[in-house]
Amino acid sequence: MKLPMKFLFQNLFGLKSQPDLPSTPSLKPHYDVAIIGGGGHGLATAYFLAKYHKVGRIIVIERDYIGGGNTGRNTQVVRANYITPEAIRFYNRSLDIYRNLSEELDFNVMFSGRGQLTLAQTDSTMRGFRLRAEANRHLGVESVVVDRQTIRELCPALSLMDKSHQPVIGGLWHSVGGMARHDAVAWGFARQAARLGVEIHQQTAVTDVVVQAGRVRGLQTSRGPIEVGCVVQAVAGASSLLANMAGFQLPIVTYPLQALVTQPLKRFLDPLVSAPAHHCYVSQSPRGEVIIGGGSDPYPMYSTRVTLEMKETLLSSALEMFPCLSGAKVLRQWAGMTDMTPDYSPVMGKSPVENYYIDAGWGTWGFKATPVCGETMAHLVATNEEPELIRSFSLSRFKSFRQVNEMGATAASH
Amino acid sequence: MKLMLCPLNGWRGIEEFSYGGEWRESPNPDYVDDEMWSAHVFLHENFRGPTAEWWCHLPSAYWFIAIRDTASGAVIETFTTIQWIKRLGIDVASKNGQNEK
Repeated sequence: MKLPMKFLFQNLFGLKSQPDLPSTPSLKPHYDVAIIGGGGHGLATAYFLAKYHKVGRIIVIERDYIGGGNTGRNTQVVRANYITPEAIRFYNRSLDIYRNLSEELDFNVMFSGRGQLTLAQTDSTMRGFRLRAEANRHLGVESVVVDRQTIRELCPALSLMDKSHQPVIGGLWHSVGGMARHDAVAWGFARQAARLGVEIHQQTAVTDVVVQAGRVRGLQTSRGPIEVGCVVQAVAGASSLLANMAGFQLPIVTYPLQALVTQPLKRFLDPLVSAPAHHCYVSQSPRGEVIIGGGSDPYPMYSTRVTLEMKETLLSSALEMFPCLSGAKVLRQWAGMTDMTPDYSPVMGKSPVENYYIDAGWGTWGFKATPVCGETMAHLVATNEEPELIRSFSLSRFKSFRQVNEMGATAASH
Repeated sequence: MKLMLCPLNGWRGIEEFSYGGEWRESPNPDYVDDEMWSAHVFLHENFRGPTAEWWCHLPSAYWFIAIRDTASGAVIETFTTIQWIKRLGIDVASKNGQNEK
């Protein structure tokens, strides 16, 4: 019999399957807002624009499929324990939205605020932690410096590395940090955006940006040209390439970042644990897989290939932290292309092209900012004013030498 | 193991080398303003494909130029700095003369 089971279930139980996303429509000649990049950031921007602003016809243009770039390649960490007031406020707003995102989108993004623990193995790291804890609490973000005994209680499976030359001496406990399911974040935003009338065009590549007299007029795509009122670029991993099409350069160098997961294991690890001295962080996903992240390649590349060297480095670090994983098997290893900026902060806001807005420089910290990027970029597009929350991340900060240094709170400590 | 041809030391393992940023011509310090300096220091072409880059052989602290494909990772050709300047046709002597004026 050729009738599929799906058909049977739908008729038997009166369920009608509703596609989450309509199929890609045909291109119209004109759009008021064109968002290039159908990852979390682009889709969130489309959703916030459609839901909270009146801007006319919106298109999201995705070269491949939605959420298939860095949105689906990150290690899902959500936290706000940064060091500069600008970054703490910004990521804390993101955390606030994440907490209620499932309700907002009517789609389970599986946010789980289980807390994030960063380990100190040197005195200088402890000094940095004290500063971060004070700066965080000053702005209402929960972060405390904890001792070895507390670490033991928070995470019994963790080795304090007493026999190593750098034992754990303390930690930074960020009880409000957590994780969310990254694909669900993209799908949730996409579904609601589509219901609000946003056109999502997958399998459509932007091949050129038409700029005349300092304003963007249109886009050439693999499916034909369109005229646009304004453009938002949110293409992590290809930010420089697209900006170069629009005629300006970015302070970005693109490095692959590799991560891996083990086979699913019975739950043994509740908080997300990061060891900056080992350039390694470990968490257990709701499926039980142990996510081991974040090794940047030693030189830039536009590639998502993985290397044996990085597998060895990441796994040896993970085993120092969790010797109990010695029998676990690696399920898969992957890479994403990270747009690294000199100060480890994003590049957001206006660009040298008048009606062309950028959401770039997301290096290794983009997923946690997804909702707040949508909210602030939508506000920027609708009003042509950079919101207070992102003003210090503008591209012009490099001209005035006002960088926002987040290297210490970002590098290898997601 | 991935190898790279060092103009001074011959073929060596890639882990002996350190990446030093994409090659670009320095602006003339006599005429440059803050904006040009910041552009030179921070902005990058970040090209996908064959790119001229600074590399250093760490054990011998030897700096040279490599043309590397940033899409495939393949190192296409390496040059000593003298070879590189000659290839670009930059006349160092007359350039220095200009700076003195």
